[in-house]
Amino acid sequence: MINKQIDDIRAAVADIRDGAVVLVPGFGAVGIADHLLEALCDQGARDLTIVANNSGNDEHGLARLINLGRVRKVICSYPRSGDYSAFLNAYRAKTLELELVPQGTISERMRCAAAGLGGFFSPVSAGTRLAEGKETREIDGKLYVFEKPLRGDVALVKAWRADRWGNLVYRKSARNFNPICAMAADLTIVEAAEMVELGALDPETVVTPGIFVDRIVAVGHVPPNNHPSRAKYAGAAA
Amino acid sequence: MTPLSRFQIAWRAAQDLREGAYVNLGIGMPTLAARYVPAGREVIFHSENGILGLGPAPKAGEEDDDLIDAGKNLTTLVRGGCYVHHADAFLMIRGGHLDVSLLGAFEVSGSGDLANWTTEDPDFPPGVGGAMDLAVGAREIRVLMDHVHKQGQPRILNRCSLPLTASGVVKRIYSSLAVIDVTPQGLVVREMVPGMDLARLQAMTEPKLTLAADCAVITAPAELAVPKAAKPAGQAA
Repeated sequence: MINKQIDDIRAAVADIRDGAVVLVPGFGAVGIADHLLEALCDQGARDLTIVANNSGNDEHGLARLINLGRVRKVICSYPRSGDYSAFLNAYRAKTLELELVPQGTISERMRCAAAGLGGFFSPVSAGTRLAEGKETREIDGKLYVFEKPLRGDVALVKAWRADRWGNLVYRKSARNFNPICAMAADLTIVEAAEMVELGALDPETVVTPGIFVDRIVAVGHVPPNNHPSRAKYAGAAA
Repeated sequence: MTPLSRFQIAWRAAQDLREGAYVNLGIGMPTLAARYVPAGREVIFHSENGILGLGPAPKAGEEDDDLIDAGKNLTTLVRGGCYVHHADAFLMIRGGHLDVSLLGAFEVSGSGDLANWTTEDPDFPPGVGGAMDLAVGAREIRVLMDHVHKQGQPRILNRCSLPLTASGVVKRIYSSLAVIDVTPQGLVVREMVPGMDLARLQAMTEPKLTLAADCAVITAPAELAVPKAAKPAGQAA
């Protein structure tokens, strides 16, 4: 019987290696696998390359990982969001490298890797500083920049509901980068608010089919870290 | 002559959003435009984080942790709205599926070059977010901006001094003093605030301006003239 659910979150992240490229979906505080990130902090892997939209906030998750000195490089579109002092300190101390990528180019580079493609030509950033050093091509009179696929060794995904095969649905804008990252890593680890029986998810509305998912940890419904509405849950979350 | 407030600029931009248009609103002043769409007109707002049918800020008690806008404020979904993942949200942007993108700007050139992503502050890391995607993707790029810097220097320039977001993309400028179209023949002034004339506007604008034959006076609601209201709900940080 296929059962991708793992009870022990430490076991779920145990084999993430030093130097791994870790896909960290989420936008602001929403749709971030907070529990898996904390488990990765505790696990100890270092020299990590993190692919994310933002750069972590306060002292949780990605910010904690940076404060622990375990992140070598961040590939993101917008590090300056919320209290990003963990990233800022490391950036100023030059202990961490930033690769700045337009937001839609990050998601498309991951989608490209997921689809087995060797890259794509995008009009985004053509003629700008972010295209410096990249191959360009004029196609039908318009300038494009060549972008390479971006594959993760691991993705840390947050879902709303999951079944034991790894079929996933997401909740509202917490979907964001999650379905893309889930497809673009060699090892996809999911934290889900709820596990449901096989067959309980409407097959017409499954967003991530189980083929992309390797492990699932059930974490319950917990408001995200650093969330604008977090104050009203003060004390409620682990 | 009084410049428009940021609310009046947003109001003016909102009046041009067509019935049925799919529109992305950039963070900051453009976000304000959502509330000034004329009553009875259906305009569908897109948010880069995977929302088609973005609604207003939630009422007290109706906030949802999992529902935020591009400025990371809590928001709502309108009836008929839906969620998509990031690659589709940006496919809509990059693929020309949006009718209009309203963006903020640090600088705009006479040929429609846009600089709105970095001020090159050496103390802080740069951040681009979705700015470059939005600037090349939507069918029509319109910018909302103060006409001049705080010290009075022009922000509409022959050539942008800051790094570009995209070249030759801006089609219309809603400034605090005028509505200006970027045309192959240069900048054409469509509207000006009451009491403004072309010579004075030109003195605050680097590229040569041409007055449209039917140039009108902007008549923005006086109650929106407040320079700085308390930060409204739904406005991006």
